[in-house]
Amino acid sequence: MATTAAHPRSGPKLIIEPRLYTPRWLSPVVSVGAIVVALILGGGVIAAVGGDPLAIYAHIARAAFGNLGVFSDTLVIATPLILVGLACSLAFRMKLWNIGAEGQFYMGALGASAVILAGWVPEGTPQPIALGIMALAGIAAGAFWGLIPGLLKAKLKVSEIISTLMMNYIAIQLVNYFVFGVWSDSGFQMSKVFPKMAWLPKLGDYAKEVPLFRGLTTHFGLVFALIAVVIVWYILYRSRWGYEIRLIGDNPRAAEYAGIDIVKNSVLVLVTSGALAGLAGMSEISGVVHRLQGAISSGYGFTGIIIAWLAKLNPIVVILVSVLFGGLILAGREIQPAGVPRLIQGIILFMLIASDVLLRYRVRIARA
Amino acid sequence: MDPIIILHAGIASGTVLLFATLGAIFNERAGVMNLGVEGMMLIGAMAAFSVTVSTGNGWLGLIMAMVAAALLALLHGVVTIHFQADQVVSGLALTFLGTGLSLVLGEGLSKAGAINLLPRFSIPGLAAIPWIGPIFFDDQSVMVYVGYVMLPLAWYYINYTRPGLHLRAVGENPTAADAMGIPVYALRYGYVVLGGALAGLAGGTISLAVSPGWFSELTTSGQGWIAVGLVIFAQWDPWRAAFGSYAFGALRRLILDIQAPAVLFGMDNPFFYNPYYGFFLAMLPYAFTIVVLVLGSRQAMRQRLGAPAALGVPYVRGERGR
Repeated sequence: MATTAAHPRSGPKLIIEPRLYTPRWLSPVVSVGAIVVALILGGGVIAAVGGDPLAIYAHIARAAFGNLGVFSDTLVIATPLILVGLACSLAFRMKLWNIGAEGQFYMGALGASAVILAGWVPEGTPQPIALGIMALAGIAAGAFWGLIPGLLKAKLKVSEIISTLMMNYIAIQLVNYFVFGVWSDSGFQMSKVFPKMAWLPKLGDYAKEVPLFRGLTTHFGLVFALIAVVIVWYILYRSRWGYEIRLIGDNPRAAEYAGIDIVKNSVLVLVTSGALAGLAGMSEISGVVHRLQGAISSGYGFTGIIIAWLAKLNPIVVILVSVLFGGLILAGREIQPAGVPRLIQGIILFMLIASDVLLRYRVRIARA
Repeated sequence: MDPIIILHAGIASGTVLLFATLGAIFNERAGVMNLGVEGMMLIGAMAAFSVTVSTGNGWLGLIMAMVAAALLALLHGVVTIHFQADQVVSGLALTFLGTGLSLVLGEGLSKAGAINLLPRFSIPGLAAIPWIGPIFFDDQSVMVYVGYVMLPLAWYYINYTRPGLHLRAVGENPTAADAMGIPVYALRYGYVVLGGALAGLAGGTISLAVSPGWFSELTTSGQGWIAVGLVIFAQWDPWRAAFGSYAFGALRRLILDIQAPAVLFGMDNPFFYNPYYGFFLAMLPYAFTIVVLVLGSRQAMRQRLGAPAALGVPYVRGERGR
């Protein structure tokens, strides 16, 4: 790529050369451009299988952002996405490939359900205490699911890419075992509904005080997510630990010479990443599902990877991207063929990483 | 719980992993990691099944599976080789893209009904050998035999031929290879596409031979990822890859068979009396992948064996090696 693509004849030449510096405005412009190109390409595929891309995109926009009610539903999906997006951003910043947010999400949901379903939190416990215990259980379970690949990497140099991914499949089977074999509600593929104390309050609950909130589904998990954004932002950009994470990510050799303990940090980062994804699972189970069942995540953990990348690993931007993807997933539920949202996500991610080259090189037309 | 039946079925389903793992070995030996195996296998499985449904010709289906997956791999090649994008992220993107694309294009395909499968046959003479014959050469799919032929060829090609030497040079030290006049970019593209074609072949082998049909994502159920793990266990060597692939194939069958008898080794079979324990059995292939990685990395550390030195590092001509 560093070579010069010369025009065969003399005349104006197309020169591709490395950029000496990258203007600040360029990165967002390129990202938006990549999304636009991805939507066009995705539209091409939809049209090729006989769909109407414009109608589908218009439907997505309307069904996700058309009025307060659907926007509230979009935020409900954005809530776990923000948390898993943060989980991935934190790990990716250190170039630790935590592909296991999906499994950590499931474990978080399992941990939060366990304290309720196993009766460790007696019925009649005040709601804030019950929810606090559930959140801690979810965080602990997710963190544990991050600890295992972290230790495997630290002690045995096992690639975290594959171990975190395999832990996803294991977590899903473990949840299945508890759903079917332990807490099944009279043979159904779900547990019985949690008591009210274990439900995260949602805006609709306050319709008496604020009539505007009537029927709105956005729940308190969004507050968890926003607090987590602030914490992760502070860790990454204002703390010594974050400095170490970023240095290891940018230049592991320099970090090692500076005396930074890479092994310890990889365990800590995977545990924290798992904790964030676990909290996402707790928020979903307590804010939306209200019972333990098999299919609780429509691939949130994997979408988190794309969100982190699209947000350039910036915790604040993760919020914006999560809301957009929340809309895409919400509206996508009714779209046929069913694979369309996944397809569009894949194309967006591809365009995004391909477009990065424009940040590093520039194309110049020179007269001969 | 007949060991011969389990091993016989294990060879068949292990062949899928063998193709995918060999493809990834070629990729990685050339210095390019492709985590998109799962996506390429899915698109291969879908293309093979779809083409076979509409034409009735399984061979044509298999070819289209390889073409479709190779095209997907080419995309990975362009992004990682020319645009120097991160190979991990690009591979993940490929998995998303392959999964989404095969779900969209394979819509309604699961109701397509029965198709002509690839032929199965026994090898006369070899099939009569006690133990070996009934496992390896009796009533196996033609793809199993393709695997037997491909395995030594791949091993010989990588280790004992001039193009194989070039392949290893490109993955170990692209700068030196370039100075020797070996076309680094062209070879990396070539092996990325070959790896894609083999992943497509693996997918086609699932949907046309091993467990015929199209079951959306469940068609591959993570086998592409297991293949990625097996490459590390195999230490980039085809024979070790074959051992791992067949062993995993047998494990898959064992998990099914162990739940059937009421009495196991003279004891009450817990998996028979509580079918929910089956969920723990279903975890085994994934847990074993992690175990296998641990074993592989311990051995590699002891013998100082390692990944191709330039694995995952984009080559930029004129830039100092990193």
